[in-house]
Amino acid sequence: METINQKQQGKALSRLEGALKVTGAAQYAGEYSAPDLLYGHVVNSTIPKGKIQKIYTEEILKLPGIIEIFTHENRPSLAWFNFQYSDMDAPPGSPFRPLHDAEIKYYGQPVALVVAESFEEARFAASVLKIDYEKEAFTTNFTNQLDDARAPKRGFATLLKPLPPKPKGDFDKAFDESPVQVSADDYYHGTEHHNPMEMHATTTMFEGEGKLTIYDKTQGTVNSQLYVANVFGLSFKDVRVIAPYVGGAFGSGLQPQYQLFMSVMAALELKRSVRVTLTRAQMYTFGHRPPTLQQIKVAAEMDGKITALHHKATAETSRFEDYTEVVVNWGNILYPVENTKLDYELVPVDVYSPLDMRAPGGSTGLHPLECALDELAYELKMDPLDLRLKNYAEQDDSENRPFSSKELKECYLQGAEKFGWYNRSPQPRSMRRGNRLVGYGMATGIWESMTLPAKAEATLTKEGKFRVRSAVTDIGTGTLTVMTQIAADALGVGLDEVEFEYGDSKMPFAPIQGGSYTVSTVGSAVVAACQALRKRLLKIAQKANGSLFETASESKVSLTNGHLSLSEKPDVAVSFQELLTVSGKRMIKASKTNIPNPLTLKKYTRAAHSAAFVEVEVDEELGVINVTRALTAVAAGTIVNPKTARSQIVGGMVWGISKALREETITDHRLGRYMNPNLAEYHIPVHADIHDLDVIFVEEKDDIVNPLGSKGLGEIGIVALPPAIANAVFHATGKRIHQLPIHFDMLL
Amino acid sequence: MNNFTYTKAQSTEEAVAGLAKNSQAELLAGGTNLIDLMKYNLQHAEHLIDINHVQGCQTIEENSAGGIRLGALVTNADTAYHPLIGQRYPLLSKAILAGASAQIRNMATNGGNLLQRTRCYYFYDAHAPCNKREPGTGCSALEGYNRIMAILGTSPQCIAVFPSDMCVALAALEAVVRVKGPAGERVINFEDFHRLPADTPHLDNSLQAGEMITGIDLPEEGFEQNYSYLKLRDRNSYSFALVSVATGLKLSGDRIDLARIALGGVAHKPWRVKEAEEFLKGKTASPENFTKAADLILEGAVGFTHNAFKIELAKRAIVRNGIMALNPSETQRPGAQPSL
Ligand SMILES: Cc1cc2nc3c(=O)[nH]c(=O)nc-3n(C[C@H](O)[C@H](O)[C@H](O)COP(=O)(O)OP(=O)(O)OC[C@H]3O[C@@H](n4cnc5c(N)ncnc54)[C@H](O)[C@@H]3O)c2cc1C
Ligand code: SF4
Repeated sequence: METINQKQQGKALSRLEGALKVTGAAQYAGEYSAPDLLYGHVVNSTIPKGKIQKIYTEEILKLPGIIEIFTHENRPSLAWFNFQYSDMDAPPGSPFRPLHDAEIKYYGQPVALVVAESFEEARFAASVLKIDYEKEAFTTNFTNQLDDARAPKRGFATLLKPLPPKPKGDFDKAFDESPVQVSADDYYHGTEHHNPMEMHATTTMFEGEGKLTIYDKTQGTVNSQLYVANVFGLSFKDVRVIAPYVGGAFGSGLQPQYQLFMSVMAALELKRSVRVTLTRAQMYTFGHRPPTLQQIKVAAEMDGKITALHHKATAETSRFEDYTEVVVNWGNILYPVENTKLDYELVPVDVYSPLDMRAPGGSTGLHPLECALDELAYELKMDPLDLRLKNYAEQDDSENRPFSSKELKECYLQGAEKFGWYNRSPQPRSMRRGNRLVGYGMATGIWESMTLPAKAEATLTKEGKFRVRSAVTDIGTGTLTVMTQIAADALGVGLDEVEFEYGDSKMPFAPIQGGSYTVSTVGSAVVAACQALRKRLLKIAQKANGSLFETASESKVSLTNGHLSLSEKPDVAVSFQELLTVSGKRMIKASKTNIPNPLTLKKYTRAAHSAAFVEVEVDEELGVINVTRALTAVAAGTIVNPKTARSQIVGGMVWGISKALREETITDHRLGRYMNPNLAEYHIPVHADIHDLDVIFVEEKDDIVNPLGSKGLGEIGIVALPPAIANAVFHATGKRIHQLPIHFDMLL
Repeated sequence: MNNFTYTKAQSTEEAVAGLAKNSQAELLAGGTNLIDLMKYNLQHAEHLIDINHVQGCQTIEENSAGGIRLGALVTNADTAYHPLIGQRYPLLSKAILAGASAQIRNMATNGGNLLQRTRCYYFYDAHAPCNKREPGTGCSALEGYNRIMAILGTSPQCIAVFPSDMCVALAALEAVVRVKGPAGERVINFEDFHRLPADTPHLDNSLQAGEMITGIDLPEEGFEQNYSYLKLRDRNSYSFALVSVATGLKLSGDRIDLARIALGGVAHKPWRVKEAEEFLKGKTASPENFTKAADLILEGAVGFTHNAFKIELAKRAIVRNGIMALNPSETQRPGAQPSL
């Protein structure tokens, strides 16, 4: 595989759009305006299940400023088939259709859209719209319905999120016969919600002649475009979706949410531009991380060699879709075990379908796995890190294939060294500061590195600059910055010479932005497009000045000072202007689709790894827990930008602390609804919760994952933190808490 | 949020007259609670009387009784950072700064703080039964998710908690609330200001319709030598107390001459038990004695499904806070851990 020279990559650059964001100059989806803009406010059901009997729209339509109220009774006729509502991330099943009919499937279901001349008028009218319901019996607590647990349906989504591998060996026998065993069936976390800073909003500009320009909060402009075109029967070219800036999403923008549907429907029907912004509380009326109950059993020989592993997860889903995530597959990728039984089941209840959220599956599954290993280490009287080293996987045992690269051992060693892991006295409750108990805990992290097909376009503009484009979004991860770096290197030019344009469905195709695969996926396409442009420019140079460039190849030319020249003989040069003239075009473009070779990739397990080390202090009498220190050592291939990379991992660690100690959506199962849908009562960490966080990037070379050798960073920062914290809490207090979040009163 | 009309009052007389004219009018101070409640469609004021510019309630001054008067419209932030408060009533500063966020404290006023509504989840959900919001509909919290609810002074009608931090310190300081109404001015002792839910949980306090708070008088005794405020909660900042304790002590050596202990997060009002404070009088400031006082304070406490832990937690917090009060220069500095 070709490698490219890396000059901009490896530089710790600040985000190029950072100043715009912190000064408020960056415009978000709900901030675009049109002269005749209308405002829509969504009304949500106040029962969890049943039927709408009557919606009293008549009186409300008389209120000042009210233009229209859309309900299932007067909505336009829409697409018929399920597949037309299926976006790129839709789980198997029948996607939810807003305003489809009178049936209420879950609490908070959107049942009407009030459209008015002003936001305030729409909001008020929505608040007084009376609706009669016929209530039906419901259940939202899947742990009361475990008898209904069943295998998930397969579908498009399960291609990217494989179901568990088949059992191997004889788990029961191996477990029973092993001298050391650990077993628990009460690992549990409840519902969680994404809670990005920016609320979901769509502004649909009604352009006339059947054309729409849609500003949407999304993680995939093309995904939203596809959904709108399919549902409303429009042609792709008439639907343009732009997501210029995204104020975080954490998975909540992977699927089109109902504000997109509402805004587009109203714009098409009223033939005016319409904005629909959801409230914080309404963010709790679509996807969430599913509550999950897990069982784990691990057994080992006296020397620590793991002999048997059983990991079973039972997760909530909706009644209309089988949302799945990869929860139980990780154990046998991380540790070689001959006898395994990995199960994953779903229980449908009366809620909206779950949705990928912050390291979906991985952060769920690694929690019991890495806590069980800690328990096993204690049973064996072995250091928890030594147990991991004893069971270090040189290859992926679950698939029987090598890793494309794996420097996890270095993560363990460098992390332990810098953290001071071996200063720990193993006995629980044996370390203290004043009346605070001190505990150290560690855990391993893993996250699969995917590369999907994507296209990019590179252009030499008439000003002699380079422009690279992709429809990809930047959800706050630093995509703009690293793509600019990658493009600059692929073209062999300085950062100032390149502009990366993105976040527009008109641009070349990129898949939804999630799973930490953007650098790999879009970055590879950017490299391919830039190389194609270099080739094209050389061809034109040859046409212009055949003899001089006759023998030159793409890799032997430079693009400097407005000229294409031979790298070895800079005097042999032709100016960009001349190339443009010769080409007879205003600009010179090349685009390229990068399709990863599945046959090559299938031979390897490709994953980023991490090791997290955590120190907690627990007040001995009051139980108050603080993560006083945490360090994550990460092996994720080439680090394109150490600064944005570090931010990704630090951010991930904060979310890991959040999952371990803070965030939870409280459900009242008698009422079938979430009780804390706001940032005052849904506790995400604040500054006072976050202390010393440290990140190490371990050197890792990977020639297989993609031409950049970069595995992508995001979820790998999260996954190891919750178990590491739970393990540290055990070390501090001697108490094993298997639920997340761990509340301090559980330690009293 | 419904439509409403809005006027600005310049004087307490104007504000009180405005209230008298329209029974559906509300006073608007910092708005940090009122506007939220209106946005959630839980409060439907027809008319707002903005009192932010009312004269005579905007200062912090020494009063004739050797204490200090806090204007009702002084913000929580200005109060907490006022030099007189910092020097003479550091317990109050500490309690205010344990509450909300810097942004909210910059807007929130002293009068508004006393009148903030409960944070009960069911109170905030317009579609859940709640006796406080809609008398007679029932109490959803009783058998619902009640982690944050009360353990003392509850009634079968309501188990909500009064969420203020500032008021826990004011209770310990035995502050006096000054109000003005149609019938003129009157004063209300702090312990009589907030009330227990009993059969009328929709009433949070003893303020009468048409009355306005003009100020809060702090008595001379400020416990500036030995005090501590301890707040235990689900995150280290920007969350309400599960249990909080305000302790003020007067000591001769290690002997207690005077003790005040008020609890927050456990009842429909800041919780004080005078027998416990009496018990401590003349005793040494020791964990054993604080433990006995804690047992007295928590007498009669009843936990519900998710909050029984508060009983033991409150006892331990009282003991810890008593010890912390012995050494405020260490334990009360910003960022100090509860365990110092
Ligand atoms: C997210 C969040 C977190 C918070 N966390 C905490 C916390 O941890 N601890 C804590 O103690 N508090 C907390 N608070 C509450 C905050 O302290 C109160 O909202 C604030 O003190 C209310 O003051 P205000 O001036 O904004 O009142 P407003 O919202 O203006 O008014 C509240 C009520 O008091 C009435 N009122 C106001 N002033 C007067 C007066 N002078 N006379 C008569 N009636 C009056 C109003 O009519 C209204 O009914 C939090 C608030 C929020 C929103
Ligand atoms: S505790 Fe009080 S405020 Fe909460 S639901 Fe019951 S009655 Fe309403």
